[in-house]
Amino acid sequence: MAVLSPPSAAGRPATGRRRSDGGRVGRRRLAGWGFVAPFLVVFALVFLAPIAYSIYLSLYRDQLIGGNHFVGLDNYTQALKDHEFWSGLGRVGLFLIVQVPIMLGIALLVALALDSGRLYGRNFFRISIFLPYAVPAVVATLMWGFMYGKRFGLVASINQHLHTSIPDPLSPSWVLASIGNIVTWEFVGYNMLIFYAALRVVPESLYEAAEIDGAGQWRVIRSIKIPAIRGALVIATIFSVIGSFQLFNEPSILKSLAPNAITTYFTPNLYTYSLSFSGQQHNYAATVAIVMGLVTMVVAYLVQLRGMRKEA
Amino acid sequence: MATDTAVQGTAPTPRTRERVRPRISRSSRRHSPGKPRRSVLLTVLTAIVVLYSLVPLAWLVINACKTQPKLLDSFGLWFSGKFALWDNIRETFTYNDHIFVRWLLNTLLYVILGAGGATFLAVLGGYGLAKFDFRGRRAVFAVVIGAVAVPGAALAVPTFLMFSKMGLTNTPWAVIIPSLISPFGLYLMWVFAAEAIPDELLEAARVDGSGELRTFFRISLPLLAPGIVTVLLFTMVATWNNYFLPLIMIKDPNWYPLTIGLNSWNAQASTVGGQPVFNLVITGSLLTIVPLIAAFLMLQRYWQSGLAAGSVKE
Repeated sequence: MAVLSPPSAAGRPATGRRRSDGGRVGRRRLAGWGFVAPFLVVFALVFLAPIAYSIYLSLYRDQLIGGNHFVGLDNYTQALKDHEFWSGLGRVGLFLIVQVPIMLGIALLVALALDSGRLYGRNFFRISIFLPYAVPAVVATLMWGFMYGKRFGLVASINQHLHTSIPDPLSPSWVLASIGNIVTWEFVGYNMLIFYAALRVVPESLYEAAEIDGAGQWRVIRSIKIPAIRGALVIATIFSVIGSFQLFNEPSILKSLAPNAITTYFTPNLYTYSLSFSGQQHNYAATVAIVMGLVTMVVAYLVQLRGMRKEA
Repeated sequence: MATDTAVQGTAPTPRTRERVRPRISRSSRRHSPGKPRRSVLLTVLTAIVVLYSLVPLAWLVINACKTQPKLLDSFGLWFSGKFALWDNIRETFTYNDHIFVRWLLNTLLYVILGAGGATFLAVLGGYGLAKFDFRGRRAVFAVVIGAVAVPGAALAVPTFLMFSKMGLTNTPWAVIIPSLISPFGLYLMWVFAAEAIPDELLEAARVDGSGELRTFFRISLPLLAPGIVTVLLFTMVATWNNYFLPLIMIKDPNWYPLTIGLNSWNAQASTVGGQPVFNLVITGSLLTIVPLIAAFLMLQRYWQSGLAAGSVKE
């Protein structure tokens, strides 16, 4: 599968030829490690060390009485019984189930439309839909937040001029949908481009064969195009799953515009953040983060499995 | 988009499909696949998505041209009052003792060292993994790809605690060092190097007695150029747009990047006694996105072919 196997071209260097010359092969191995080593050293510092450290933190508790002591899995049982954690997880779960299919669906439709060659001004379309990806989450959220807001918002103007009654996007019952809209806006173009790039390299011969068989447009999409870009679909889904579970920037920035609608435990990431930086509960924050990491990896793995099974 | 079409004409991208297709099918079968008969309906439907993408950006441009009072009492999607863009830009740069300039320079520092470093490490690593056969290569791959699934927040708290013990928090290093690793960049470079550099070429260089480093810089690096630009652009976006990391690492406003700075200006309106500066938030936002959008538009040819080669590997 695309994500989890090394690129095939790299798999088999011409080892047979080299085996005759032992010294050179040894030197070359060393050179290989030499090229990879800088990455690995920094990787160990900023990925492996923090993971090890947070596992360590999650097994301890720092209390006024007794100081720092080993508590085994107590922090984990606390997390599993924590309603604020579960409500955050439920919220990002809902977000994942609703927002990701909408976003990827739009991205796929646009990619197919671009690839069909039936659009006027295709290049303009492709680049304009991609542009929001270059906009920082902070700017995107502030922009949409202003448009949502009562003070000088578009929604208020539209309601006033057209006598409609669009509900306040920043009210507690709508704010998750409003965040979904911001995230969709930011990433539709990026996903579209991944799909489009995958569609461009579908071998021409497949289309010719379908044409000879008299297959219609939809049939070509269903039987050739979608299966051909399954790898890209799986990658995009996995990245979106990870992104949803990590939801932080948008709610954290919208919080100043909608303080009543967004709680400190709105998403698990926001919860971790407030636990450790407002609450100073570093050990418990690390535990919640690890649980979230595990949940993310399990769901990403399930997506991967499902993607592979379909391929068979 | 003038640059777009101009660039596409010379691009070595695999976009010859339409031209190659046999012309006879055009009249014979109406709904045959791949026959590019332009469709107005499809264009209109796609245009809706384009509108959705561009309207917020138009809102930003329009409102950056308004004075603060007009921002609050005029319709959001049209100009109103005097044209205040230049005044707003001047005020954004000079407000609070030129702090915006400082934030801009900080962001540039983080992007150049962070994204530049990340790209450099990814290119070296990807090349090493693709072109050298050594034990443990698969293990390296598994660990790095597994790391993609680790949520940023799971790392952020322990990284913060580690860095604060090392005395790195509240310094630029706290933002730059974690930016140096891009697992996706490594993956992209690996795939790209495997495709773009023929083994025979490296073998020939070795026979000629060229050292591995010299071969890398003289022969391989130029062949990797589109992949490098792609990785550079995407790591640039990641560091330029980074919010979470500097938010936890940097407390001193003098080391803020633009993203944190803009958010602090916005928060200023809701603090007691704070002076609202919405016109500066909006103009500052516009100034923040212009460089990246310009970079993407100008380098289209490179990153699009790089992405095509990298992201779709089965």
